Amino acid sequence: MYNIVTVMTSSDSNKKSSQTSANNAGVFHSHEALENVAKRLRRHIVTMIGKAGSGHPGGSLSAVDIVTMLYWKILRHNPSDPYWPDRDRFILSKGHAAPMLYSALAECGYFPVEELPTLRQIDSRLQGHADRTATPGVEMSSGSLGQGLSFGIGVALAARLDSRDYRTYVLLGDGECNEGQVWEAAMAAPHFHLDNLVAIIDKNGLQIDGPTREIMNTDPMEKKWEAFGWHVIEIDGHDFGKLTEAFNQARMVKRQPTVLIADTIKGKGVSFMENVAGFHGKAPSQEQMETALKELE
Amino acid sequence: MPEQASMREAYGRTLLELGRENPDIVVLDADLCASTMTKYFMQEFPRRSFDVGIAEQNMIGIAAGLAASGKIPFASTFAVFAPGRCFDQIRMSIAQSKLNVKLVVTHGGLSVGEDGTSHQAIEDLSIICSLPGFTVIVPADAIETAAAIRAVATHKGPCYVRLGRPNLPVILDEDYKFEMGKAVTMKPGTDATIIAIGIMVAPALEAAEMLAAENINCRVLNMSTIKPIDQKAVIRAAEETGAIVTAEEHMEHGGLGGTVARILAENRPTPLELIAVRDTYAESGKPAELLERYGLTAKDIARAVGKAIQRKNS
Repeated sequence: MYNIVTVMTSSDSNKKSSQTSANNAGVFHSHEALENVAKRLRRHIVTMIGKAGSGHPGGSLSAVDIVTMLYWKILRHNPSDPYWPDRDRFILSKGHAAPMLYSALAECGYFPVEELPTLRQIDSRLQGHADRTATPGVEMSSGSLGQGLSFGIGVALAARLDSRDYRTYVLLGDGECNEGQVWEAAMAAPHFHLDNLVAIIDKNGLQIDGPTREIMNTDPMEKKWEAFGWHVIEIDGHDFGKLTEAFNQARMVKRQPTVLIADTIKGKGVSFMENVAGFHGKAPSQEQMETALKELE
Repeated sequence: MPEQASMREAYGRTLLELGRENPDIVVLDADLCASTMTKYFMQEFPRRSFDVGIAEQNMIGIAAGLAASGKIPFASTFAVFAPGRCFDQIRMSIAQSKLNVKLVVTHGGLSVGEDGTSHQAIEDLSIICSLPGFTVIVPADAIETAAAIRAVATHKGPCYVRLGRPNLPVILDEDYKFEMGKAVTMKPGTDATIIAIGIMVAPALEAAEMLAAENINCRVLNMSTIKPIDQKAVIRAAEETGAIVTAEEHMEHGGLGGTVARILAENRPTPLELIAVRDTYAESGKPAELLERYGLTAKDIARAVGKAIQRKNS
């Protein structure tokens, strides 16, 4: 049995809400409990970015449910041993969603939740964009878009060379798919038959300058990935049931990588941020932060 | 005439030997394995070899991912394409990430020749030396290439090794021991010092011979590790000879000359002349023709030494 993170169903967000547990795989199935975790992560995100006065709430909130599903149900990992060679890897390619990753890592126990409010401050381990040299549990330094899938291919190839059965998950944005390197990597992963690699597109439909369809259209996304040789699964990125099915289906696919194209809502969970491109890289004011936290109670 | 040998061939053969010795060594190339000579490794170890096609940015990312998982990746292409084509990937995925990737690039400098400007890397050292944590090596011949490749394989951290396309005179002894970060005194001397890298070390020695005929006793240093540079050897040369010439097959900005200028300015201001490409692109032509047109010959070096000595004495 592997160490995994389990979740207590306590709704008390002040309590340490996660623990590591050996010999205890997949005990956690309730979607309600997952929703509570996701809500806590959203509260962290809004609070951290509000306090920092800068950051990227929109694309952090859109990916929360995907990452909650991964860290609490899918990934084989052990927060007390971030460099465990057999851990599943989660690679955040859209590095501006770092607050979302930090919230998940802290709630899992990689570092104290109390550290979250230090985001973006001098001497903090929580850098403005994901930094593998600074934060326990962060696999890759990102923030310059388009690089994560290539990195993930390297990690997945190493698994094959070492005959290890860990799996590699890479989260990209749909705007990020404007970058040419994404398609270099999209070409390479099926060429190397990497069935231990899963890409997830957080398709929230917005990029900094406006709707992705208007700025640089990436649709039809599913046809592009399919043509490059990927097993494509399209889902609602906020539906825990569908996410579970999709990740389980990906495990069954042999000799080709899988991509989950997850339809999401940018700013999900905070009414005045939802589907607003302006909240890509803008912190909420104190008043907006309070309103948002009320909505997330 | 000294014997000529290929640095690329020395790289390919050494890489193959290393592959036999260490199963963690993996090799990446971007559709140039017959030119970079990674082909020997690729033929013997197909499982540990990844030709990514014409996609250098992707190659850098894959190499970084392999290194993050405990492998020792050697990634090769032409010097114009790495770092030229993928600076940001090298910056974030290798340098900032402190990952153990070895970039060994070939076809550096003007001596690429007929392929012309698009293939003549004369900015790469400046770019790569600007990245914290990178070790940057420019070997002077095939023997030093083999030794440097062995050294970077055991060094922990990102490395860049720049090789040339043409065969070069063998100027180091068969039993030469390469020491990373140490200048090699190719010839002692007291009147001036020529500090050279790569294909410019042989003409530097030739220049020193010409100058000897005029009773000028010139020291020649092979500064094959350009980063971290042997600062002590530079300061000692300034103190003991009082006139310095740098020689590199590279743009005048940010390479060997720029680095030596910084060290001298900070420690011991000394007359310094740069032999380098002067803020211009070159063109197609035979390597020897280009080196002559852009001022990178033994004669140019000798003339520069004369100038530096004149400044010292004025």
